[in-house]
Order: sequence, then structure tokens, then C-alpha cells
Amino acid sequence: MEQNNRIRAFIEANMAAIDEEITLNDSDNIFENGFVDSMFAMQLVAFIENEFAIQLSNEDLDLRNFNSVENVVKFLDNKKNS
Amino acid sequence: MNPSSRKHHEIKCIVWDLDNTLWEGILLENDDVQLRPGIRKIIQDLDNRGILHSIASRNDYGFATAKLEEFGLLDYFLYPEINWDAKSESISRIQKNLNIAMAALMFIDDSPFERDEVEHAYPEVVCVDSANLETLLDDARLIPRFITGDSRKRRFMYKQNIERKNLEDSYKGPRGDFLAELKMRFTISPAVEDDLQRAEELTVRTNQLNTTGKVYGYSELHALINSPNHQLLVADLTDKYGSHGKIGLALIEEKAESWHLHLFLMSCRVMSYGVGSVFLTHILSKAKRAGKRLLVDFIQTDRNRMLYITFKFTNFKEIETGNDGYVLLENDLSVIQDMPSHLELIIK
Repeated sequence: MEQNNRIRAFIEANMAAIDEEITLNDSDNIFENGFVDSMFAMQLVAFIENEFAIQLSNEDLDLRNFNSVENVVKFLDNKKNS
Repeated sequence: MNPSSRKHHEIKCIVWDLDNTLWEGILLENDDVQLRPGIRKIIQDLDNRGILHSIASRNDYGFATAKLEEFGLLDYFLYPEINWDAKSESISRIQKNLNIAMAALMFIDDSPFERDEVEHAYPEVVCVDSANLETLLDDARLIPRFITGDSRKRRFMYKQNIERKNLEDSYKGPRGDFLAELKMRFTISPAVEDDLQRAEELTVRTNQLNTTGKVYGYSELHALINSPNHQLLVADLTDKYGSHGKIGLALIEEKAESWHLHLFLMSCRVMSYGVGSVFLTHILSKAKRAGKRLLVDFIQTDRNRMLYITFKFTNFKEIETGNDGYVLLENDLSVIQDMPSHLELIIK
């Protein structure tokens, strides 16, 4: 759960055009609730790489792995177990 | 120029030493130092060409800036590093602040020790002995092919950026609110003849948010705006601090089944404002309305990973890979994000 909170906090703090009033649920599609720009995309990747000490390959960089807090966590679990 | 030709080496900023380089003598030993002959003309001419100036000097900040002010030159320098740190550290901070490549910096100093120290840390930086300034204005690396309206205003645009950055740093709320505060107006229009010099300049100067890094020459761009199956789009950004100028370019080839994006770029000066994705979203919606899928040529370099990630996060898939980092990306247009509400979009 702590992992989810870290990811959610990062997204809420860094995503442009995400409404302050909105509380992001783990299953919410972040790409539908805010606007993804290059800065955010890069920051999210850098955050995940640093925070969880992994390198993301081109194949990993799939929208479906990153479009919700839940999916990021699922992706990280798969990555660790592979 | 051939579209596949690699970029030529171009200097975007000169970093000056002060004592015995910009002026004769050592300021802390003699307050009455004089500018070196010809130096004012060099600085002003290069500024007119759109080449930036900065400073790396081991000196007293207050005294040195007062002296530059007295010479009427202080305004020409962006992010001056006047302190007692190693010059390589000063150069590194200047490079980060300007967000340009090390290879786009020229460092001018009279001291072989300082030049060696910088060269050792950053071999890409062009180090020049200040004894050799007579021919500096004729150095090919300092002569852009075109001097455009945007190049002449470049220093002012960077200065406006410093003000924006100050606002951003002092802003406590979420980033979206900060962006809204800027009151941005983003304009997308088909390129006309007057845009082409700037368009060529953008293909030469832009490295990070650039899908292919290919250089397009004026005559080639000219042919493309007259081609019935091509669209060349330019993007322009203004905000409450002023104009960023023309900062984006996209080249689309209309084919029977698809639109093929051969070139997509955004100036790194506007990287933090989210407009690259607005531009891309516009092209996606336009392709969808035309009933075509969108293909993108992408050549991965060591500098454009940010843009690659942006495309992947905009639901592009790799459908082909080739040599030298080439990939063909495809978007089936099933998911297109809404335009953000924090800026005004104008389509011409």
C-alpha cells in the first residue's frame, strides 16, 4: 500500500492540469484525468527508475503499464518477478 | 541541403572569462580595468546573430557585475557565474540553466590552466585562447546560415524565461495552476514562405524534442509547402511575459491509408510548458477526422528519449525497427486525450 501512496503522491504533485479537488483513486486512468505532457512523462519515468532502482526498456514504456497507480504497481511486481 | 545530412556543429553560447580576457588587467588589483579593444563589437555582433553570452570568472560578484554595468555590457550575459568555484562547475551550471548541449558551448579564457581544467571535465566544450579573438567573428561555428527574427530576439526570450522560472520556483500550488497563471496562447498554422528560414533553423538547433534530428534546408521546405500531399505546420507560443516565437514544427505526408509524420520538433526552451503534447494531440485529432491512422518516423538518439517516452505515453506502438535507432511508430487513434484547459489554442 505504501508503494501505491508514493506513486499517487508523485502523480498528484507533478501532473499538469490535474485538478486539486480530484482525489486520484488507484484505478483511475491518469491519462483521462489530466494532461500528459513530455515533462510529466519524463518525470514519471525518472521517478520510477530512481525510486524503484530499475531501468525501463522501450518495451516497458507502454501506456498500459502507466495509466493508473494500480497498473504501475502491477507492472513493478511483474518486473521484479521476471 | 540533403535532409539526411547530420547536424553541423554550431555554437549557441560563448562563456567568457573576465580578467585579461574581456578586459585588460585584474579587477581586484586595479579597479580601473579597460575593455579589450574590439570586444564590445564582438559581443554585440554575436548577440545580433542570436548567439548567447555567459560568464565563468573567478571574481567578486558585486565588483565584477558593477564593472560590467559601467561598460554597459551586463545585460548581454545570461546566468553569469562569478564566484570562486572551478570553471568546469560554472560551465556545468550554465549548460543546465540554458538547457543546451555541452558541444554548443565555447569557452574563452586567457589561462591555459583554466582551459585545460574545463577541457578535462567536458571535452565537448570548444575552448579558445583569448589571445585569438581577432578572427572570432569569422569562425564558421559562430555564423548561422540565417539570422531570423527569432535569433535576434533570442537573448530577450531567455531573459523572459528566467522570469517565468522565478515565478514557477516561487509558486506553491500544483503545476497546472502555475501553467494557467502564464496565460499561454498556442497557435498552430500552415507554414508560409516567411516561416521557412526559422523552420530550417529549428531543424538545425533542436535536439531533445526532435523525432529524427534530420536537417531540412530552405529550398526543400519551400518545395514541401507547395506539395499537394504534404502539410508543414508551425507552432507559436506567447504568454503574459511575451512571445516565445516560433517554437514547433511538424511535417505530415498524406498517404492513402495514413498520415505519416516525418518530422516533429519543439524547441527545448518551451519544454516545461506542455505544448509539445498539445501540438501532437492536435495532429492526432486532425488525422482521426481525416479517417487516417498516424505513422511516425522516429530515430532514437542519446538526447531525445523524452520525446520517445512522450509518444509511447500518447499510445503510439512500435511497428517496425530499423538501423541506427530507427523505429516506425503507429497510433490507431482509439485514445486521444482532451486538450488541457490551461491554455488557449488557436488553429489557423
